Amino acid sequence: MSTSLILAAAADANSISGLISLAMKSIFVENILLSFFLGMCSYLAVSKRVDTAIGLGIAVVFVETITCPVNWFIYNYVLREDALTWAGLPGTNLEYLSLIFYIGVIAAMVQIVEMAIDKYSQDLYNSLGIFLPLIAVNCAILGASLFMAERDYTLPQAVVYGTGSGIGWMLAIVSMAAIRQRLRTAHIPAPLRGLGITFITTGLIAMAFMTFSGIQI
Amino acid sequence: MSFLRNLVDQGRRLYAEPGSRFHKIWPLFDAGETFLFTPGHTTPKHGPHVRDYMDLKRTMSMVIVAMLPCLLWSFYNVGLQHFAAVAQVASRAIGAGGSYEYTVGWLQSLVFGSGYGAAIAADEFHVGLVDELVFGLQRMLPLLLVSYGVGLSIEAAFAVMRKEEVSEGYLVSGMLIALIVPASVPLWQLALAVAFSVILAKEVFGGTGMNIFNVAMMARAFLFFAYPAQLSGDFVWVAGNDAGGAGSSIVDGYSGPTALAAAAASKLQGNHLVPDGAVGYFQDAAHAVQAQVGSWWDLFIGTVPGSAGETSALCALIGALILVATGVGSWRTMVGGVIGLAVMAGAMNVFFGQLDGIGGYPIHWHLVSGGFAFGIVYMATDPVTSPQTDRGKWIYGFLIGLVTVLVRCVNPAYPEGVMLAVLLLNAFAPTIDYFIVRANIRRRVARLG
Repeated sequence: MSTSLILAAAADANSISGLISLAMKSIFVENILLSFFLGMCSYLAVSKRVDTAIGLGIAVVFVETITCPVNWFIYNYVLREDALTWAGLPGTNLEYLSLIFYIGVIAAMVQIVEMAIDKYSQDLYNSLGIFLPLIAVNCAILGASLFMAERDYTLPQAVVYGTGSGIGWMLAIVSMAAIRQRLRTAHIPAPLRGLGITFITTGLIAMAFMTFSGIQI
Repeated sequence: MSFLRNLVDQGRRLYAEPGSRFHKIWPLFDAGETFLFTPGHTTPKHGPHVRDYMDLKRTMSMVIVAMLPCLLWSFYNVGLQHFAAVAQVASRAIGAGGSYEYTVGWLQSLVFGSGYGAAIAADEFHVGLVDELVFGLQRMLPLLLVSYGVGLSIEAAFAVMRKEEVSEGYLVSGMLIALIVPASVPLWQLALAVAFSVILAKEVFGGTGMNIFNVAMMARAFLFFAYPAQLSGDFVWVAGNDAGGAGSSIVDGYSGPTALAAAAASKLQGNHLVPDGAVGYFQDAAHAVQAQVGSWWDLFIGTVPGSAGETSALCALIGALILVATGVGSWRTMVGGVIGLAVMAGAMNVFFGQLDGIGGYPIHWHLVSGGFAFGIVYMATDPVTSPQTDRGKWIYGFLIGLVTVLVRCVNPAYPEGVMLAVLLLNAFAPTIDYFIVRANIRRRVARLG
């Protein structure tokens, strides 16, 4: 098939083309929501209106772009095996603390974003409501950090992956919000109204996103 | 006619009045009546209602008329491919010193009078147009029957439950589904796909006019992901005879790749100096297709293996003319799609033409290969699942063409891209509309201050 194309694109993971293909992969091929189904709770709850969805999407992109590299530093210079050699402590392995560290970083970041939105866009702040602080426990964001550590990304890769998976999540929630706005006038059977039809739609969108599954870039 | 009219008028007493005997299944009666006679709806004397001659029923009938060339072509081409494969398998068997017997199918036995399942020695049959059409009908009629039977029963059941009229939408989707699957697909799989698609992609969203995803494409996607063995590869595109026993849905041992599969498998070794056929390599993708499948004109006219109705770009073109002339299908979507395909295929040729088989597949070959022509004419123009705004249709069509070529060239898993491209853009059609409408509002506010 198109192996030579694949090889050409993946020649060097840290080159510009390598980073572009990582971005494409995290946005489309391995969309964090539609192929891993992470971050479903806020996706289902805040996808009723497109403008709110865009707001939350931007917040997630922002938080992921910051937390992925920050967690990369923590993972590579504090947590992983022999990471503390620079401090004169060889032979340490603190990986069992990674969840707590990651969540701490994410929670702190979310606080900052919340204060910023509160100050600059009161409307968005009100419409996001409880879901803004809840980004702190959005599994898409924690998932991005964990994938980053598990796949041993370099720092530029961590930045690109964080942004890319955030954009992928935003793409999914915005398209869902537009679909739900259209479905407001549809004669959906009563038991399926609301979350039921949203779940079915998500499944069908995920099926459409299988367009990209199997692409090796 | 007057006999029918009387029958229907008598029937109305049993169904129409609330509380009459069969009032529960009134939608079924109504569907029968409006199928037979022009409905008597007229615009009330007072009130702002505008009624056009092109109601939903006329729109749908127009699409069916536009699909007829493809349907008729499928009858012919399924038979043509079948007998070409049989001849090849037979001559190979006889050449190896063996023998080959042809088993008679159900329609062939009805038309030609030989017994169902009887065996004919290979040297006894001479194939003509009639044989090909009879075989095509023998394969296509069950597909149409199952598609319509399952789909319309579900539609009718939902209409009765909802107390709404049965809508004509499925008459189009049902024919589309039969035309976009390989003629060799097992009927139970087809039935399952139709049920999945009609219930989960259409009825739960509120029925005709409310669905987000194209019903026919969803049925094919379901088949594609659930039963890949029957929907992909080189062996499924030429239908076998139904009376051949186990595995009879395909011609045994016959491998006939589609144009796109051949293009994807073609490899360029080093440079353009390698002659065709040297150690299994072809000079480029177009040469590979020409040698293994057919010339450009074969692809354009459609005498190649593929899904039943989508091989002929010519028939799709005739359909496109009918759809555009009657105003049923959007020319914006179609033109946008062709431009998107040309742009992406051109970019592929420039950047990857040297590297890879299908990367160097020329634009005009892309246009006639696979289901693109069929998909962009009949699927992408679906007025329900495409954007409602004119500028949105341009963008939507353009992106379908673009994603189609992208999937064909970059995704090794699927040589065919148009199905997934349409479904993917279905998911984003409301988003496209949203942003176009918002831009319009912003412009108008700026103008009127």
